[in-house]
Amino acid sequence: MKRTVFAYPYIVWMLIFILAPMLLIVWYAFTKNGAFTLTNLGAALRDPIYMQVLARSVWIAFEATVICLLLGYPIAWMLSTMKKSTAAILYVLFVVPMWMNFLLRTYAWQALLDSAGILNSILAFFGLPPQNLLYTEEAIMLGTVYNFLPFMVLPIYSVLVKLDKSLVEAAYDLGANGVTTFFKVILPQSIPGVISGITMVFIPAITAFAISRLLGGSKFMLYGDLIENQFITLGRDAWPVGSALSFILLVLVLISMAVMRRAEREAGEEGGMLW
Amino acid sequence: MKRIADFFKGTYLGLMLLFLYAPIIVLMVFSFNESKTMGHWSGFSFKWYEALLSDATIMDALWVTLSVAIISAIAATAIGTFAAIGIHSMKKSPKSVVENISQLPMVNPDLVTGISFMMLFALLGIKGGYTRMLIAHITFNIPYVIFSVLPKLRQSSNNLYEAAMDLGCTPWMALRKVVIPDIMPGIVSGFILSFTLSLDDFVVSWFATSGIQNLSIYIYSIARRGISPKINALSAIMFVAVMTLLLFVNLRSLKEEREAEKQIKRL
Amino acid sequence: MNLYSNIKKKIALILALLMIAALCGCVGGEKATTLYVLNWGDYIDEALLTEFEEESGIKINYTSMATNEEMMVKLQEPDCIYDVCFPSDYIIEKLVAQDLLHELNKDNIPNLVNIDQRFMDLDFDPGNKYSVPYMWGTVGILYNTTMVSDPVDSWDILWNEKYSGQILMYDSIRDTMGVALMKLGRSVNTRDEQDIKDAEEALIAQKPLVLAYLGDSIKDRMISGGGALAIVYSGDAMWCMDENPDLAYAVPKTGTNLWFDNIIIPKTSKHTEEAEAFINFLCDADVAAQNAEYIGYSTPNAPALQLMGEDYINNETYNPPQELLDKCEIFHDLGDFITVYNDAWNRVKSYVG
Repeated sequence: MKRTVFAYPYIVWMLIFILAPMLLIVWYAFTKNGAFTLTNLGAALRDPIYMQVLARSVWIAFEATVICLLLGYPIAWMLSTMKKSTAAILYVLFVVPMWMNFLLRTYAWQALLDSAGILNSILAFFGLPPQNLLYTEEAIMLGTVYNFLPFMVLPIYSVLVKLDKSLVEAAYDLGANGVTTFFKVILPQSIPGVISGITMVFIPAITAFAISRLLGGSKFMLYGDLIENQFITLGRDAWPVGSALSFILLVLVLISMAVMRRAEREAGEEGGMLW
Repeated sequence: MKRIADFFKGTYLGLMLLFLYAPIIVLMVFSFNESKTMGHWSGFSFKWYEALLSDATIMDALWVTLSVAIISAIAATAIGTFAAIGIHSMKKSPKSVVENISQLPMVNPDLVTGISFMMLFALLGIKGGYTRMLIAHITFNIPYVIFSVLPKLRQSSNNLYEAAMDLGCTPWMALRKVVIPDIMPGIVSGFILSFTLSLDDFVVSWFATSGIQNLSIYIYSIARRGISPKINALSAIMFVAVMTLLLFVNLRSLKEEREAEKQIKRL
Repeated sequence: MNLYSNIKKKIALILALLMIAALCGCVGGEKATTLYVLNWGDYIDEALLTEFEEESGIKINYTSMATNEEMMVKLQEPDCIYDVCFPSDYIIEKLVAQDLLHELNKDNIPNLVNIDQRFMDLDFDPGNKYSVPYMWGTVGILYNTTMVSDPVDSWDILWNEKYSGQILMYDSIRDTMGVALMKLGRSVNTRDEQDIKDAEEALIAQKPLVLAYLGDSIKDRMISGGGALAIVYSGDAMWCMDENPDLAYAVPKTGTNLWFDNIIIPKTSKHTEEAEAFINFLCDADVAAQNAEYIGYSTPNAPALQLMGEDYINNETYNPPQELLDKCEIFHDLGDFITVYNDAWNRVKSYVG
């Protein structure tokens, strides 16, 4: 018996529950009263605001991904050099916050950042002037990084922990200093994990839900808000344009996935594991 | 030198953990607040914990959340693991088609996934909020299982399965005795990831279902009138439960490891 | 890796046990009529649901939503399962236009006589063919008396540069565009593109002064002292003033938006008689009084208000004088024109100064 058979139940499931809904969205985006049309896509592309918002969302997601990488890589590296038992405990500590409700955690950030809030009370205690922290672009960034940091740490960690430590020692023996060793030996080997991490952070961050609303005070509209607005506030009549907006996003996502795939192949290793 | 490095390491990890846990600490502290507003302390009180236990709506929502998370994680792990085993032995082009389609739910915005489910369920005539929520959660969980298991399959040798078959195993036995133990860590990762995602999902659940609510939907909908500290109290209890559980498990493994070390030394 | 898998295995085991418990819990359950109720979150005293269940033998499945628009999406589903819903005024018009509502059988709702005649037969549902008012209120300005020294009697104060970075607006098209239109002396239901353009410009001019466009969290920010001026609904203002005595509520002299949340039955409901019994129950004076005290919003139920006592009757936030109500305007459905509002609102929100 061929082992491919094991995938058949899933393939049936996939066709019905993954592919069919996507086709429904595409169908909505490209039809009007049952006939093919490009007007919805045109409407989505024509309005300069839509493109501006998309550009801003991609930019914020990009910045957040870079910050997550810069903060997350050292965490992953430090965990990978620790004793297994200590690393296991810390690893769990980095996962557990994700088990708390995301909306609640974001509400708690509001209480922390509020101008009359907890952080400002701490500042005031040390005689420092209050800062305006909440409802700024920085607050959105903080919320995004906060939410996605674990998704960057875990895949990088899972690659680093498998990394052959004797290579590192060999590099030192051959006279390489710490910096050289890192860039020539450690980093290249951890690329698959880095790519998984970037995929896990960048793409969801483009449409991150509720962060711009709760921490940005809706002053900085993002693409997710725009799509939501089309589907919800404007109701059924706006679904075709909403579907077109989603379709644009989907194309963008597929492009960035193709780029990641390519980078992965060039790195010559299979993707790092998520966990 | 090493001490400085360790100190630096400890400080950095400590700061990062503080960053991750700060809001959770705030949530927990304000579950003991007399007043209803987070960030506005007016006195210590247990009243929200008492109110929580007698709130049937929250308890129902908790029930839905936990049962959907567990059932959908188990179903997704089963379907996803077999799918990964199948996909792994596919030829190149069908393999990449299936892999690419499987990635869609991971990369699609939740809102679009949710709305497309709503359209689909109406089209197929699937009723029953609970069934809908389960199907939706299983669907967005499966890809995470597949992509946790696939790398493990790539690491393990194909020959094992063939060898088991040569030695007279049925495919099912070969799978159970040889392949699955080998990829177990990936399966467990997939399960935990599924469970986590299901626990936290709001957007997909809200659009895909009617007449049923999980905790996320409940929290989102009461927000118009202000989130009740009852919810903080619930999170605090859940957090302490999870932490105790994990600590307990960890301490036991720590002890096992120590004993193993001791034995090695003795040898 | 072994170590983690060990931990994970144990977690998996515990979770599996939990699941078995969950499955056991799902089995069983009697067959009584179940009413599916979709309401705003925390917008009914849930003790009343139990009381109704015990009195009538009808079971209630109660779920909640956060915005009118979300509820609209649910009601438009061809296989909508809900039997009772609580949409606002302009949504009723839309629902009627789309023929999604059940025409109430008033013989089943004798308690309808309790509703104040002032709140019956309103424009959005002439003759109350489809809806019964549930709660009502005004839109006004909640302000912190320690931060605001000027008199708060006009919308213009929300454009006062003195309060830059301390003003909170609603993150909702109709409410915030409405405030701009009222400030300009236009109708909140205008279908004149020039009016919308002016409102958009006013809101863009105001944006640098605005701390944030928020939903529910306006209340938390105002209570904690994080904002000086905010747009709120009167019922919410009552609660905020209770929590923080520095806060006060004012409605501009020129009038404001008057809103109603109403009880309706979707056309798809298969239990309309039971649903009407539930509506009748909610219109009972004692029930309505208990409910209004729990929620804190104004009740349209006249005997209920009497039961609630002087404190409520004489409170101008809770029970505004008739001469103010005469100057107020209720939202109407805008039909396709909402896209003009939406485009303007998108431009306001994505404007970067």
